[in-house]
Amino acid sequence: MKRSLPLIFAFVVGIIVLISEFIPHRPFNQIVSTLENWFMIISGFAILLGQISLIRMNANKIANRLPDWQYHLAGLVSFALMLIFGLLWGMQETPGLMGDGQGISAYLGSKPFDYLFENAYMPLSATLFSLLAFFIASAAYRAFIIRGFESNLLMITAVIVIIGRTSIGTMLTGWLPESLSFWHIPNLADFIMEFPNSAAQRAILISAGLGIVGSSLRIILGIERSYLGGDK
Amino acid sequence: MKLSPVAERRIIFTVLLFAVALPLVFPIGWTTEISEYTRIAYRLIEETDENKVVIISFDYDPSTMTELQPMAEAMIEHAFKKNQRVIATALWPMGVQMAEQAFDKVCSHYPDKERGVDYTNLGYKVGGMVTIQAMGRSLSDVYPVDNQNTPYEEIPMLQNVRRLRDIAWISSLSSGVPGLKEWMMVARDSYQVPVTGGCTAISAPGFFPYVNEQRQLHGLLGGLKAASEYESLIGRLGSATTKMDAQSIAHLLILIFIAIGNIKAWHGKKGRQQ
Amino acid sequence: MIQIMHVFGIWLAAFFTLSIFSFLYKDNPFYKFAEQVFVGLSAAYWLVYIIYSIMVPNLFAKLIDDFSGNIVLLIPATLGLMMLMRLHPKTQWLSRYPISIMIGTTAGISMLRYMKSDILEQVTATMINPFSANTVSGVLGNLLLIIGTITGVYFFYFSKKVEGIYKVPSKIGIWFLMVSFGATFGYTVMARISLLIGRLEFLLSDWLHIIK
Repeated sequence: MKRSLPLIFAFVVGIIVLISEFIPHRPFNQIVSTLENWFMIISGFAILLGQISLIRMNANKIANRLPDWQYHLAGLVSFALMLIFGLLWGMQETPGLMGDGQGISAYLGSKPFDYLFENAYMPLSATLFSLLAFFIASAAYRAFIIRGFESNLLMITAVIVIIGRTSIGTMLTGWLPESLSFWHIPNLADFIMEFPNSAAQRAILISAGLGIVGSSLRIILGIERSYLGGDK
Repeated sequence: MKLSPVAERRIIFTVLLFAVALPLVFPIGWTTEISEYTRIAYRLIEETDENKVVIISFDYDPSTMTELQPMAEAMIEHAFKKNQRVIATALWPMGVQMAEQAFDKVCSHYPDKERGVDYTNLGYKVGGMVTIQAMGRSLSDVYPVDNQNTPYEEIPMLQNVRRLRDIAWISSLSSGVPGLKEWMMVARDSYQVPVTGGCTAISAPGFFPYVNEQRQLHGLLGGLKAASEYESLIGRLGSATTKMDAQSIAHLLILIFIAIGNIKAWHGKKGRQQ
Repeated sequence: MIQIMHVFGIWLAAFFTLSIFSFLYKDNPFYKFAEQVFVGLSAAYWLVYIIYSIMVPNLFAKLIDDFSGNIVLLIPATLGLMMLMRLHPKTQWLSRYPISIMIGTTAGISMLRYMKSDILEQVTATMINPFSANTVSGVLGNLLLIIGTITGVYFFYFSKKVEGIYKVPSKIGIWFLMVSFGATFGYTVMARISLLIGRLEFLLSDWLHIIK
């Protein structure tokens, strides 16, 4: 019951979705439309579940004074602040529980939620990912070594694309006559992206697509059950 | 002089930092060529009639805004120039704020554009492909209100827009899942609405197969360079164009690092053989 | 006051930016603090938007405005609450029902969409007349497209061991994949550098006012 009923639900729902693609009339289109609307609401609760798990995990680290617990406390405090600001005064044009926050916006220049977003969240998010530029430079120096024919192919393509996607490519071969325009580096880079790259990516898409169709069918038919978790 | 790996890494980081910073302070003014993928995307918007309603979906967060925000601003400006009416949606929660920032910036040059009449922000919905599928049946079911809590039926520009098929074109600016692929799969392949979009450069190679004869994607803006190409097509000196000098110098530096790394490896191999 | 808070906000942004960059030297308390603050802000942002974008307009507002007309929404609300039961070991089994409905819906939609977009349309796009192009490079490109797609798909067939002459298409497929990976690396470099440019522009322009 605890495992068989969910499998039946997954089967019924999956089959209805498949049938509605071929019979887009009542009642299938109405059922699928209802399912799609319910999906959004249940997804919202799923995200709420993730948030609660995160809070629990951080609270556990703080309560047990695990290493670096002070930083997790900072994380929880920032979570609480952002949540309170958002709930009380809302964000941008959306009012909160205490209205539109015009009073506090007069001091900050924007709502507290938006202020934290622009001056804390945005720089943190953008900077964390910008670190990768340094690591790719370091990786290019240490690990991008020519070893055989295939790595040669990879390297040559990478060099053409790296140069071709900048102004340097335009300057290096801009003097070539029209008859040799194929060898103009930006054109060569575009040719590589349009043909051999697209061919390989297409092969990956087709192969992965076949895999997804197979695994979706396995889920609907109840052969794949890993999403049910352990047997409790 | 043999350097430790840690010292080598720090030198690389410092050189890269200066290589990127100096062209920002002292711009060079190099130009770049425009690729066909960008032109196809441009033509879709250019050839769409006036007063048509279009969707720009902001499916990214601030971590990739350097690449995608200039695309968003350029596309909104292009749509405004053609008197098209823009709906902003978001499949990522941060996309809502990105959309508002883009509208604020573009509307400062187009003060006559009015919210609710020329543009609107319907906000964020979770669910990815399933949500887009639901939009295909009924937009008002998915978005009962916009991000200002105005009911869907009271927004003037949405009076004749019931479902995705009433949209002239959709552009998804995406940095991951859900995003451009989901819009293409549902909106274009199921509902035959033309889809174009932009993505970070890292995902661009994977999207090129979709720019094919069937026009699964009507062009693609892949990365900062494509954003600067689009800006030059609409005749705008935007934030992407001003960054291309730094991009070019940094690329050259990466190639120099690769060359030095290979020379060092070759010397090491030769030394071991001797 | 607004001007003071505006300047404070820029300095706060610069502080967090430099805290994250300090990791390049080595791991340190500033980086750890900034990292955890990011996690906290990110989680709260999602939660606030889930409440205002989905829970309120799609569920609570509809139930409050017209309870009897929208009574069926109690079903997804109940399923959502069952999802939250996952938090407790004794009630975890209840979360299987909403998960199975979501998984079943997603599996059905994914199967159809991937079949059409990634298999049928992509195979159709490969079935072109390579000699229909106007230029020599176009014809060459079309031939590469067809050969590359076929050999690439052939490479991913792992159900039978490839030996002898059957290795040749697999090898050619690998070459096309290497070209693609090289192109992807080139684009990855571009993507990463772009992100760094954005941050440096903020520091040099908005914070230090070196760039006008």
